[in-house]
Amino acid sequence: MRFILDRNTWQEIFGSISKNKIRTVITVIGVLWGIFIYIALSGAAKGMDNGFESMFEIIAKNSMFVWAQNTSMPHEGFKTGRQMQLRLGDATMIENRIPEVEFIAPRNVRGFFGSTPPSIGRGNKSGSYPLFGDFPAFTKIAPKKIYDGGRFLNDEDIAQARKVAVIGERAQRELFDKGEEPIGGYIKIDNVYFQVVGVHKFDQSGGFGGDGDIFIPFSTFRKLYNTGDEVGWFSIAAYDDADVVKVEENIINLLKNIHQVHPDDDRAFGSFNLGEQFNKIVGFANGITFLSLIVGIATILAGVIGIGNILLISVKERTKELGVRRALGATPAEVRNQIILESVFLTVIAGIMGIILGAATLALINNLTQNIDFPYTNPTVPIPYVIGALVIMVVLGTLIGLIPAQRAVSIKPIDALREE
Amino acid sequence: MIEINNLHKSYKMGANSLHVLKGLNFSIKEGELVAIMGSSGSGKSTLLNILGMLDEADSGEYTLDGVPIKNLNETKAAKYRNKFLGFIFQSFNLINYKSAMENVALPLYYQKVPRKQREEKAIKYLSQVGLKEWAHHLPNELSGGQKQRVAIARAMAAEPKVLLADEPTGALDSKTSYEVMDLIQKINDDGNTILVVTHEEDIAHMCKRIVHLKDGVIVEDKKVDQVRASQYV
Repeated sequence: MRFILDRNTWQEIFGSISKNKIRTVITVIGVLWGIFIYIALSGAAKGMDNGFESMFEIIAKNSMFVWAQNTSMPHEGFKTGRQMQLRLGDATMIENRIPEVEFIAPRNVRGFFGSTPPSIGRGNKSGSYPLFGDFPAFTKIAPKKIYDGGRFLNDEDIAQARKVAVIGERAQRELFDKGEEPIGGYIKIDNVYFQVVGVHKFDQSGGFGGDGDIFIPFSTFRKLYNTGDEVGWFSIAAYDDADVVKVEENIINLLKNIHQVHPDDDRAFGSFNLGEQFNKIVGFANGITFLSLIVGIATILAGVIGIGNILLISVKERTKELGVRRALGATPAEVRNQIILESVFLTVIAGIMGIILGAATLALINNLTQNIDFPYTNPTVPIPYVIGALVIMVVLGTLIGLIPAQRAVSIKPIDALREE
Repeated sequence: MIEINNLHKSYKMGANSLHVLKGLNFSIKEGELVAIMGSSGSGKSTLLNILGMLDEADSGEYTLDGVPIKNLNETKAAKYRNKFLGFIFQSFNLINYKSAMENVALPLYYQKVPRKQREEKAIKYLSQVGLKEWAHHLPNELSGGQKQRVAIARAMAAEPKVLLADEPTGALDSKTSYEVMDLIQKINDDGNTILVVTHEEDIAHMCKRIVHLKDGVIVEDKKVDQVRASQYV
């Protein structure tokens, strides 16, 4: 230890590595490149991970959709192929019977999933927008950002079946003049006037919905299109600690029960589980992270082997010098330690430079991808990875340094001196 | 100071064995300046290497300053070399990326002398060989004679019991050779024991005693009247 802390030791090391600058620089570049790849790759993987994460944080990760389809099995006197229809009462049943459900939002739509779009206009302006009939609970499952001054639908809107609408940015742009205040303005939906109460911000990373979506209260939608208690589909969020797949199964079974569907009929209700998809993507991102670790470490290894190789050559070049040192009283241990320390020193310096360069590159990429649609946010390399890389470098640097060091001390000083 | 008894050394060359030293006996007292002469192949370099603990004899005894030198491992040999011996080589063997002062300080580094003292001592010995102004020059900025003087300063720096010089003037012209010999004589005048291996008659006669080796045996061991090198400088 005293040897490592001794200033003289370092002077010896600086002396010998600054002796051949080109050799040192090339050696350093080898490892620098390795650690750079490692940092850049694992940072990028982390960035992608974060990107996916933020993409899904818009929508509750444990949310799902349930919709009705056609039966595929006869049951209790019903023949096969019966068209199913979700009803408002189902939501109450689900909420009461399945405790893991945190929020349930029955939804209806016009102008989406192939249904005829409503005619929506304002004065002589018009456009085509999907129209949703919604409950306030919907924003608990898929949060909507509302511009200042506006609001989303509330319980009063539902209770009184108010003719109010929350419109998208595109709808605002196309239906209102520039600079015109949309809040309080009126738009015409299938010949009925609706007051705009909010403009929602379109979030690209949300992945669902669009920038033109118009939301009106579920009760108003029902009156407008005479849909009774029919529901297009349910958006459901389970509690964070619930097993989404299990909850999904329970809900489907309950619905089958309510609607007299054969328990084995898989076709009657369709569902889509975001949690499961999310887990798949997380698994994919983990795979990428793992791959980048492997590639990075392999590259570091290649770089360190390069250091060993160059040190081996340099030991050969310095045979005579090492012989002189030993004639002057350097013990084999001192010679060996010096060469190992040279190796470790070069590796660590290269490593630190590589880490700095890698971090700078990550920051640059982060800046460049800030405003484009790419799942890439805040690419950071976890500190344990960095420390791990440094430890790997020190260990590998020592091990690889052992080879030239052993070679250096295996030459007898007399042979070293004789070599002219 | 140096005591040698029935020293044998042979080198194995494949199936053949070459008997280089065939039972040498001699002793060197403190303050002597001895020249070991002989043609190439006479065994003089082998003898010097054994004396320098760079090589080990097959049989026989070697005592240095009362310490029996035998069964040395590399670490012990390195410690002894550092403590007892100073080396002067034909090709100087300075480390070319270190300044004159750093070269001189190197044996002290291996003696774990603190840096400050090391430098002071290095400067002291450099001024003794007349190269104080060249302390911060690299070896390739020095002439051959200057290099050898730096090497002598380096050999002196550890304050060894014996200086071993292997053809110290072999790579120098006669004028420079005499300058170096003058320096060696002066160091000897201060009471240092010095062994010089040479094949040049004039250099040998600048020592106080000549040991003549031929085919691995001492054929002649005589005291001579020392020729002072200063008269040629």
